[in-house]
Amino acid sequence: MAFLEVKNIQKSFGETKVLRGIDFTMERGEVVAIIGSSGGGKTTFLRCLNFLETPNGGTITVDGDEIFNAAVTYTDAETREKRLRFGLVFQSFNLFPQYTARENIAMPLYLRRAEALSRETGVRRLPRAQKHELQEAARAAADDLLKNVGLAEKAGLYPHQLSGGQCQRVAIARALALSPDILCFDEPTSALDPELTGEVLRVIRDLRRDGHTMIIVTHEMEFARSVADHVVFMAGGIIEEEGTPAEIFDHPTSEALRAFLHKETEF
Amino acid sequence: MSLFWEVTLALLEGFGTTCSIFGLTLVLALPLGLLISFGTMSKLAPVKAVFKTIVWIIRGVPLMLQIFVVFYVPGFVFGVPIASRFMAAIIAFVINYACYFSEIYRAGIEAIPFGQTEAGRVLGMTKGEIFFRVTLLQVVKRIIPPMGNEIITLVKDTALARVIMVVEIIKVAEKFTARAMIWPLFYTAVFYLIFVGVLTILFGKAEKKLSYFKV
Repeated sequence: MAFLEVKNIQKSFGETKVLRGIDFTMERGEVVAIIGSSGGGKTTFLRCLNFLETPNGGTITVDGDEIFNAAVTYTDAETREKRLRFGLVFQSFNLFPQYTARENIAMPLYLRRAEALSRETGVRRLPRAQKHELQEAARAAADDLLKNVGLAEKAGLYPHQLSGGQCQRVAIARALALSPDILCFDEPTSALDPELTGEVLRVIRDLRRDGHTMIIVTHEMEFARSVADHVVFMAGGIIEEEGTPAEIFDHPTSEALRAFLHKETEF
Repeated sequence: MSLFWEVTLALLEGFGTTCSIFGLTLVLALPLGLLISFGTMSKLAPVKAVFKTIVWIIRGVPLMLQIFVVFYVPGFVFGVPIASRFMAAIIAFVINYACYFSEIYRAGIEAIPFGQTEAGRVLGMTKGEIFFRVTLLQVVKRIIPPMGNEIITLVKDTALARVIMVVEIIKVAEKFTARAMIWPLFYTAVFYLIFVGVLTILFGKAEKKLSYFKV
């Protein structure tokens, strides 16, 4: 059984069918790029994986554990636990403006560690000293993660003091802090000035080298070709074509993919 | 000189009542307004409709009339007169200001990009954690200027309590007109101006304190 198995995921908004049955699998350590025109369902698919949308049909299984089944109603607590299998990096970063780069990473990490410790020890209100210890540990972990994305000196700055590229690298570090099984990127460079995309793509390449399992929705065709093990082309709410980068980019079979690639490389 | 002190002391006493109305209204209406704003943003259509209607009525009727209603209706209609004039004034002020505050809260909350909530969700945060650790401070930053405005209006609206004979500063000053003295009435402006001046400085400080980040 594959590490991630998505079966027949469907999603409608009112009358509009955005996902018409997505079947998708990937292995641990694999990097998948999803390409396709706007409105093809790429972002909705990522949002379904991260429980930001609830699919109308289908199942999602990670490492043999069925984390979503449209036939089952989940409580908020269950959803919260299951969604942590995935991490999501947004197009618009969505850093918390009132926290420094370090606190953006440390705060959510601290909350989850405190929750886990509470549950383990059965103590609902952790003592102050213990909370403090957890906070310090989370800050240290945040500093390490910032170092890995090349932002060690920016730890104490607020989002508005950082460039777009730096914000996105903080957002990546923040998503990694919770050690998701699969890290998703929703057009991570689309909101950036062209000269800032390189630093973000470099970080994603480093993550690949470190063996992270990733799904990347992107418009950067060159990047998709070089970073992905597997490329998925989505159009009209289905996976129209998929394969190795060479198959997709050099030998597209479907008419839709050919038209898409032609348009993308026109400029 | 002794007359001036007599007037000043009398006005100060009235001003004490003014400050009590102001303080109590603020302390009670700020949290109540937040609850009402949640009501007006409810996903349940009937709940939303009820709260929207309440806000419409309260904002659509003069505050003076609301004070009369709170003061007279319990006695005339239900046969249970309200315990005190002061309490009637407080109830009317709290309800009225809570509705105005609720609209300020709503505007502040709705202005926060939904991406902030979504980021909290994908990081495994609970609804409470997202509200208190992500949304709240951003809302506070956004609403300080309109809140400041509304709270300064409240300082002066307290004068309306005199319509049911609550003896606040203007009421005290009016009593002097019976002794053919009009200047105490104008003198009350000094008290209001000092109070509003202090509030203006405090709001400026709060704004500055939250200027370390941008929303």
